[in-house]
Amino acid sequence: MIKRSVHIFTRFERLWHWSQMSLIMVLLFTGFRIHGFYELIDFEMAVTVHTYAALSLLLIWAFAIFWLFTTGAWKQYLPTRKGLLKVAKYYAFGIFKGERHPYKKTYTRKHNPLQAISYLILKIMIFPAIWITGLAYLTYGFWDSSSLPLEWIAVIHTISAFAISVFIIVHVYLLSTGGSIKEHIKPMITGFDDVYLTEEEVAYLETNEPQNIKPEE
Amino acid sequence: MLEINSDRKKQTTLSYKLYFALLFLIQSGFALANNSSEQHSVKGIDEYSVLKKNNATSLIEAAVESDAMVDHSEFDELKGPFEDGPAVTKACLGCHNKAGHAFMKNKHWTWKYTDPDTKQQLGKSVLINNFCTNARGNEGMCAQCHAGYNMTDSEYDFTKQENMDCLVCHESTGKYYKTPTTSGSAACTTMFADKDPINWSKSAQSVAMPARENCGSCHFFGGGGDNVKHGDLSSALIAPTKDVDVHMAVEGNDFSCTQCHVGEKHQWSGSRYQGVPVKDKHKSKPGMRNETASCASCHGAQPHPLSLVGLKLNDHTQKVACETCHIPEFAKGGVATKIDWDWRTAGKTRDGEGYKDSNYTQSNGEHRYTYKSIKGDFKYDENVKPVYLWSNGKSHYTTIDTKFDPTKPVIINSVEGTVAGEDSRITPFKRMHTIQPYDKGNNTLVYMHLWGDDSDSFWGNYDFGRAIEHGMKQFDIPYSGEFGFIDTYSYWPINHMVAPEEGALKCDSCHSKEGRLKGIKGVYMPGSGEYKWMDIIGLLAIFATLAGVIGHGLLRFFMNKRRKAHD
Repeated sequence: MIKRSVHIFTRFERLWHWSQMSLIMVLLFTGFRIHGFYELIDFEMAVTVHTYAALSLLLIWAFAIFWLFTTGAWKQYLPTRKGLLKVAKYYAFGIFKGERHPYKKTYTRKHNPLQAISYLILKIMIFPAIWITGLAYLTYGFWDSSSLPLEWIAVIHTISAFAISVFIIVHVYLLSTGGSIKEHIKPMITGFDDVYLTEEEVAYLETNEPQNIKPEE
Repeated sequence: MLEINSDRKKQTTLSYKLYFALLFLIQSGFALANNSSEQHSVKGIDEYSVLKKNNATSLIEAAVESDAMVDHSEFDELKGPFEDGPAVTKACLGCHNKAGHAFMKNKHWTWKYTDPDTKQQLGKSVLINNFCTNARGNEGMCAQCHAGYNMTDSEYDFTKQENMDCLVCHESTGKYYKTPTTSGSAACTTMFADKDPINWSKSAQSVAMPARENCGSCHFFGGGGDNVKHGDLSSALIAPTKDVDVHMAVEGNDFSCTQCHVGEKHQWSGSRYQGVPVKDKHKSKPGMRNETASCASCHGAQPHPLSLVGLKLNDHTQKVACETCHIPEFAKGGVATKIDWDWRTAGKTRDGEGYKDSNYTQSNGEHRYTYKSIKGDFKYDENVKPVYLWSNGKSHYTTIDTKFDPTKPVIINSVEGTVAGEDSRITPFKRMHTIQPYDKGNNTLVYMHLWGDDSDSFWGNYDFGRAIEHGMKQFDIPYSGEFGFIDTYSYWPINHMVAPEEGALKCDSCHSKEGRLKGIKGVYMPGSGEYKWMDIIGLLAIFATLAGVIGHGLLRFFMNKRRKAHD
């Protein structure tokens, strides 16, 4: 295995990540106003911004889902037990002893097993919970809201928002582990990250996609 | 000749001007004197000034300019002379020969209403309120607001059509008035002394569609004064600005009452006894009238524009009455409403005579009575924030035969509304609080004999015991002989004085911790701080995570340091 700097995050992925990030921040900020944690901005403004931000995010997600399935990138998120325990142990103990991260990023698995399963849970449980309840709340005038009490919808929506907040805290904190924060953010900006490649992969990339692999240092 | 004439004219005009200037000065002097005295007391118990028809001239103009296809002043039948009201009514019914039959079913005539669900007998003829308490037995006074002539007591012939009072609703000279049908106690003889006699034929010839002044002469002044009862119906609606009432504003829609309160055959909509839930536009067939006085009957149930906010506001109509947001305050336009009445203090005299104090000045400058020997103490309020209740338009009344628990306040009309029920909406009300007499032995409300020239009438002898004894006995209602005083509340739906669009409530008015609908159960209101358990769990999760990552980080930092020190 050869460690090389490869273009693993496409322009779309990066755009998706950062627009999603900013929209989620806006949604959390306005959402907690609507929920009543603070009353700095007025309710009507909060609802308006929250709704438009949510609809924009849904649009981006629609593109993302299409992209994930057409490019086969969805396989990156498949859960695996292989190495999961090792990574968990690393964050629980090894990290304090100065051990190296046990996971080696590869071209086809750019997330470590713990990362992959966290993102998967976010994608298939928490995000759907929040957008389904959000849409249901937004449109309750158009369906029989007596069949499902509005407060349940609101409760699920709010709990999901708390879960996302927790995710963000951990996600941001993990930037500081192993190397510098800059090192972690850079791939999501330039698209290039150090991954382990097989010789065949190196040969393929150097021959067919030289723009996607940086020359050896 | 011409010059001399014009000179003379000038002289007369000048002297007129001087005369008016002098009058003005004298009046202002009086006004100043009035303002400067702290307490305004008047002796005697003269009562109930009839509506000052502020813009009577505009009424006449309206009648002249009316686009009706008929001018009643040209009819021989109305030339008169008429000796009294019934004579005029006979002339009316001579042509409108079906109107009498139709009006015979109207509540303004019958003073009766039977609750279709409970079959309970309601209406002014029997009900007890928490103002002057009961019309029953006091018709001599109260029937000033009966749309008929000669209702002197409860034995009234409701089949005698000539006793119907067409003029009170239809005349437009503004000089028509009604007086008590019987004489009260000797102390009340000064009432209406300075009124011009009614010119019956002029009034008869002036008939037109009812104007606000016609409806207002009773509905603005119910309970014994301007805006005393309803809170949202006052003389401020005779010529309101848009801020006071967007529909009736003179510089705006300029609606009369009958613009919304329409109907067929002298039965019109808008009864407090049978409120209508919000439905989509009550569509009528071509040529038919839209027989519902509700906001939705014109605006529909989805009245807001198709924008994001508009759509959300439209969702609100499932649970919130239009009035809740669109009438943030009532008793606007300078006229206060009575909110509190204490009958216990009634009966105090000065030098053996009843008196009145007026220690409240409303924002249009008028003084309001705060104490009357005949009634007790009052409190007023202006620009009042309503109370909000779930309501489906119906009320359950505490009538003369309702027994209650005297340890709790009595609700005169408890508003029916199942929490979050299909036909129920969060609806604004004026809440009237009164402390009034009740039968301490039987735990019922009482009829008081207030008005009369006999020795039992309260408005003469100030004796609650005799007034109640008489009032109850007159209608064979059991009375224990012992009375006490009890707190009562009545709820008056607020439908008028709709604010212009920009004056409606903002989202934050309810969607906040201390919002207006605090205490309303049955709906989820984001921003009101419900579901505390969820917030606690959520915030705990966030803080635990924060603490976790900070702990993790610190541990890493110190372990790293120690390792480096070892190396």
